[in-house]
Amino acid sequence: MIAATQAPERYLEAFDEFNERSATQLGWLKALRQEGFARFAETGFPTTHDEDWRFTNVAAIAQTAFQAPLAVEVSAGDLEVFRTSGFECRLVFVNGRFARELSSVPANQGITVGSLAEELRNNAGAIQAHLGQYLNFQRDAFAALNSAFVDDGAYVHVPRGTVAEQPIYLLFVSVPGEAPTMEHPRNLIVVEENSQATIVEDYVSLENGGASATFSNTATELVAGENAVVSHYMIVRQADDCFNVSTLRIQQARSSNVATHSLLLSGALVRNNVHPVLAGEGAECLINGLFMANGRQHMDNYMLVEHASPHCNSRQFYNGVLNGQGHGVFHGRIIVHKDAQKTDAKQTNRNLLLSDEAQIDTKPQLEIYADDVKCTHGATIGQVEENALFYLRSRGLDEASAKHLLLLAFANECLDRMNSDQVRQHLERLVTEWLPETAKYAGEKPAPVERTWEEVG
Amino acid sequence: MSLLEIKNLHASVNGVEILKGIDLTVNAGEVHSIMGPNGSGKSTLAGVLARKESYEITQGQIIFNGKDLLEMKPEEAACEGLFLAFQYPVEIPGISNAYFLRTALNAIRKFRGQEELDAMDFLPLLREKMRLLEMDDKFLNRPVNEGFSGGEKKRNEIVQMAVLEPKLCVLDETDSGLDIDALKVVAGGVNSMRSKDRSFVVVTHYQRLLDYIVPDYVHVLVSGRIVKSGGPELALELEEKGYSWTEPETAGARQ
Repeated sequence: MIAATQAPERYLEAFDEFNERSATQLGWLKALRQEGFARFAETGFPTTHDEDWRFTNVAAIAQTAFQAPLAVEVSAGDLEVFRTSGFECRLVFVNGRFARELSSVPANQGITVGSLAEELRNNAGAIQAHLGQYLNFQRDAFAALNSAFVDDGAYVHVPRGTVAEQPIYLLFVSVPGEAPTMEHPRNLIVVEENSQATIVEDYVSLENGGASATFSNTATELVAGENAVVSHYMIVRQADDCFNVSTLRIQQARSSNVATHSLLLSGALVRNNVHPVLAGEGAECLINGLFMANGRQHMDNYMLVEHASPHCNSRQFYNGVLNGQGHGVFHGRIIVHKDAQKTDAKQTNRNLLLSDEAQIDTKPQLEIYADDVKCTHGATIGQVEENALFYLRSRGLDEASAKHLLLLAFANECLDRMNSDQVRQHLERLVTEWLPETAKYAGEKPAPVERTWEEVG
Repeated sequence: MSLLEIKNLHASVNGVEILKGIDLTVNAGEVHSIMGPNGSGKSTLAGVLARKESYEITQGQIIFNGKDLLEMKPEEAACEGLFLAFQYPVEIPGISNAYFLRTALNAIRKFRGQEELDAMDFLPLLREKMRLLEMDDKFLNRPVNEGFSGGEKKRNEIVQMAVLEPKLCVLDETDSGLDIDALKVVAGGVNSMRSKDRSFVVVTHYQRLLDYIVPDYVHVLVSGRIVKSGGPELALELEEKGYSWTEPETAGARQ
């Protein structure tokens, strides 16, 4: 494919420029960037021949000449529309760069919340211990590209035995310019032994006169120490000319408990990779997602859950609502390593198709090398249920309200799994604001037949 | 004026005629029971009244509260005061019973030109009705019908009916599958709602329910037609003789 072979050359120029601009004395960081770029140059962007990218064509990203964004002015008022000012601890990143004047970080018990770039200048040792230690860019070109351009992003460090009371809100604002721009935010979140934290990543875009495409290629390494409890949220609600590819790599120590919730609401192409490794015994992981595609949006959820130790427990629940010509993908892969006995892994993907042209590809993939495990997976695809619609209408709700309520019910299955009240309320609001759009466009006469398959293995 | 007037109603499902000319008049305050064997069209009649769209009306007329019911959408019929207690209440995961019912009540209140109720005003009302049906408060926040037992679902239907205060209550085999204690509770709920302004159409397969909800009229529906009408004593006769005695009559009518 032409796109795949030409793209790296275009990025070589950007990479040289980047190295000149953000020259670093840190040898290990230079090496990380070099290795990342070398890997990306070798593979180029994936094509649909690649099994992990079978349902998602990234040609639109590969063919666009993205440039490093120019500096832009964003005011606090510009951010009002995202309704995140209720979060006392909020970091704002504009085109991938930390914007101190827009951020607020209350001082709290030894917890570090700040910019990765600043931390690299002041406290490189702490970063070096983790950065790039978990994210595997050999198997993913986007992760390699992100590593090549590692510079700024969020750094969160919660020392052992500490509870971060406030959710830590990371707001990433893409501002389109005259020409297509790209950003590669890199986040490092370290929650040490017996600590607790709630982190929200929220990707938004501003209309700023410029109408060019933006490309957010983000990677987050989340390290949960022994017995740590972490709630992580990922929100993508960007404009229809924004591409968003993200990778969340979670490293879980013994008895840690991580819940990661994603809410994909809009964007031209959204790919959300979630890759937890349950490395310590008794670790637990919940991956809970809701994706709602409209128009011609494409939303791809790629899960790779690795059970590497015994007695670990993982749950994946994904609900998709596909409308218009929206295309959703759920790819759930579970690998149970040889010694990971007594693994309990469950995966469920439920989808609602609201129009004839909407599409969903759902693919479970289990690889089990241990012999005493419990793994189940199932997927359903259906329309708004005629019976339920009639039931609600027979109680006095008009058709649009009844559909709205049923979609809310479907979304609530995911929202109900979240437990941080402030964040959950925020997400509930985002979902309900989004819903009337869907209910309005939902096909007038959904076919009464529901196609269902359920597999247990 | 009668509350409900059904004239020569013919209805088909997927091209098969199920109702073959029903005439029925229900006045305000009356309780009518429709009895009949399986497949006689009882549930179809209930569904037609609630405006289920998969039924095709090929002939006839239904006047409800002075208006043409067949012109109404399901939600319009509900707002005009018609309520169907479902034979198989639908489970709606993800929406709490209380939220659902408040949304429904407010839709109807809006139609009647009344102010909408907020949760503070609504919950005491709902609790009161739930006590009437001996339902625990935990059902307030449970998703609509999800994980409810058969009896709990039926009681939940009557709770909804009590909250929405319809003019015409259509009960579709509300007694099926209920044990005697649950049956008494459900009947008690229904009886507490009887008034001179409210009418009931009670569709049932078994006479047993009618020991507790005593009807003014009993109609026997066989093969899409009402073959016999009478007082409550007709139900007892059916209980004794079964439905078989009604069949030659319809067989004759068909020829």
